[in-house]
Amino acid sequence: MRHIISVLLENEAGALSRVAGLFSARGYNIESLTVAPTDDPTLSRMTLVTIGSEEIIEQIKKQLNKLVDTVKLLDLTEGRHLEREMMLIKVRAAKEDREELKRLTEIFRAKIIDVTGTSYVIELTGTSQKIDAFIQAVPEGLIVEVVRSGPIGIARGEKGLTL
Amino acid sequence: MELSGAEIIVQALIDEGVEYVFGYPGGAVLHTYDALFKQDKVKHILVRHEQAATHGADGYARATGRCGVALVTSGPGATNAITGIATAYMDSIPMVILSGQVPTPVIGSDAFQEVDTVGISRPCVKHNFLVRDVHDLALTIRKAFYIATSGRPGPVLVDIPKDVTDPYIRIPYHYPKEIKLRSYNPATKGHPGQIRKAVDLLLQAKRPVIYTGGGVILGEAARSLRELVDLLGYPITSTLMGLGAFPMTDPRFLGMLGMHGTYEANMAMHETDVLIAIGARFDDRVTGKIEQFCPHANIIHIDVDPSSISKNVRVDIPIVGPVGSVLADMVRLIREAKAGPDQAALQDWWRQIEAWRGVKCLAYDRNSPLIKPQFAVETLYQVTGGDLYLTSDVGQHQMFAAQFYPFDEPRRWINSGGLGTMGFGLPAAMGVQLAYPEANVACISGEASILMCIQELATCKQYDLPVKIILLNNGYMGMVRQWQEFFYESRYAHSYVDALPDFVKLTESFGHVGMRVDQPGDLEGAMREAFAMKDRLVFLDIVVDPAENVYPMIEAGKGHHEMHLSPERELA
Repeated sequence: MRHIISVLLENEAGALSRVAGLFSARGYNIESLTVAPTDDPTLSRMTLVTIGSEEIIEQIKKQLNKLVDTVKLLDLTEGRHLEREMMLIKVRAAKEDREELKRLTEIFRAKIIDVTGTSYVIELTGTSQKIDAFIQAVPEGLIVEVVRSGPIGIARGEKGLTL
Repeated sequence: MELSGAEIIVQALIDEGVEYVFGYPGGAVLHTYDALFKQDKVKHILVRHEQAATHGADGYARATGRCGVALVTSGPGATNAITGIATAYMDSIPMVILSGQVPTPVIGSDAFQEVDTVGISRPCVKHNFLVRDVHDLALTIRKAFYIATSGRPGPVLVDIPKDVTDPYIRIPYHYPKEIKLRSYNPATKGHPGQIRKAVDLLLQAKRPVIYTGGGVILGEAARSLRELVDLLGYPITSTLMGLGAFPMTDPRFLGMLGMHGTYEANMAMHETDVLIAIGARFDDRVTGKIEQFCPHANIIHIDVDPSSISKNVRVDIPIVGPVGSVLADMVRLIREAKAGPDQAALQDWWRQIEAWRGVKCLAYDRNSPLIKPQFAVETLYQVTGGDLYLTSDVGQHQMFAAQFYPFDEPRRWINSGGLGTMGFGLPAAMGVQLAYPEANVACISGEASILMCIQELATCKQYDLPVKIILLNNGYMGMVRQWQEFFYESRYAHSYVDALPDFVKLTESFGHVGMRVDQPGDLEGAMREAFAMKDRLVFLDIVVDPAENVYPMIEAGKGHHEMHLSPERELA
């Protein structure tokens, strides 16, 4: 099953490589990983998407917790949560395709953020499925490149993953 | 007090109460060595290869329970140390490794003797640090010792660039006594509800087995374990790493379990209905085929490391906590319990176990004209009367020692169990002998293993370490040869150690005493002579039967009940 795990890490040099190294050394699957400092500059928050059996996920969480740099960990998938991913997508926008691309952008509540005579860059935020759906919807042959941030997530309700 | 970085390192070691640093100098640690030179509180042991620095620190740590310390230079100094660091990591040994690094301004420029030590060591340390600022140095060393010695212990490496040790940059020194890390909080107590559940299950058991590992020794829990066994009267078995936590001469001890464990221990594992695993990690050499592991058992598992629990084998009652405190809680609850164990069931169970014991799975040919390796270990026990710290290298001799030398105290049996590092034995013995200068310390080894760190004979000479080397010389990498005999139709691919040195002359050239024995009748006399030489290192080259195999044996991937016994003892 797919799990989204949020980890608060000490914002130390090498903390990210400890996590990446753990996944490769133990053969765990890693779908995506995003990391950035939080409002507290001594802490980084990492969002990991991984897929595995319940036993493997349990081990992944234990091994992540065992890292000396890990301050706190939460498996968002265990509760109600919100999940967002951002995509920047560059598409060929020749005259005959422009209307269709603009319509798609509106339907998905995306934004065109760069325009040239022959291309658009479109920004889209949403769940991973929504982003998949947008990519599917772009007419064949028009995609130049796709950049996805990987999902980030947060639990619903008033409780926070803080110190 | 204003100190330079180099002096801070030395003063921090003094403040940690460090007796010995095992090390080897080089460019990046010259300032530190200069600071070491100017004091006499911390003694430096000059090894002849950095692998031996880490094994020496490791042996010291295993024998004493204190943190071992190694000091190596950058680049090859650090890479040579890695094998010893990984060895300590696999067996959860507390160790701090201080490595020199090229100066901070040139890090990343492929400078002379530069490697990414933090990167290379990351997968085989509990934690590591790169100190970029001398102001962080004292606190980082304090953190390193705290992390290495608390929770599930392990090696911690501190990489220190040369400019951070600059003798001309002096700063105020403060070494914190207490330290707290918000991201690191090892368990200090087991969950009372879980402990109660475990005790209830234990007291209902009909065919219980206590299975203990190195964690009992690391957690200083041998006394509580003995109380538990005394209260319950249950059979107990141990992993290779746990030998000595419970007296091996006690009739309740079934011998080691696992791949080369005893018939009675493995059969008891297969038939048990309640298994309590204490400070053990269900290693593949212990469990055999996971699907067939303890098929009838409810399993209790006590471990200070939550990630050890349900990693390989799903357990029913996990208890996360220090083994010593959890066992003490259990002992108290059992004393308070209204009813004790089911004595009738226990009697039946012991009757069954005695029947398995009757198989005498460790029997070997005592009339052989050749020295049998088992006989050599038994003679070693006879001669030393159990009053011995025995380090081991890796292979057949290691298994024979585990089977035939009954340790009655913890920290007496010192071997590389997890990583299986050939070359561990001799440098580890140096660490033990330094810790206990008056004690009998021996290293059991094979002619292949011993050559991997043979240069340490020089270190032993320099520091007058009277280690006794018990070499079981069969001319082969015995365990490799055994597997080739069993699984490769006796094609002995490169397991014959051709062109061996004359070990007697070799030893003498280092200034020690060498002796060679090839007759069973001469062995005891030679050993007595060797141990009588209290202040000399004696290398006993014992020519043993080259064809002997270690039995019983469970093939990799088989169940506990599928043991091979020795040919004379194979069950019908």
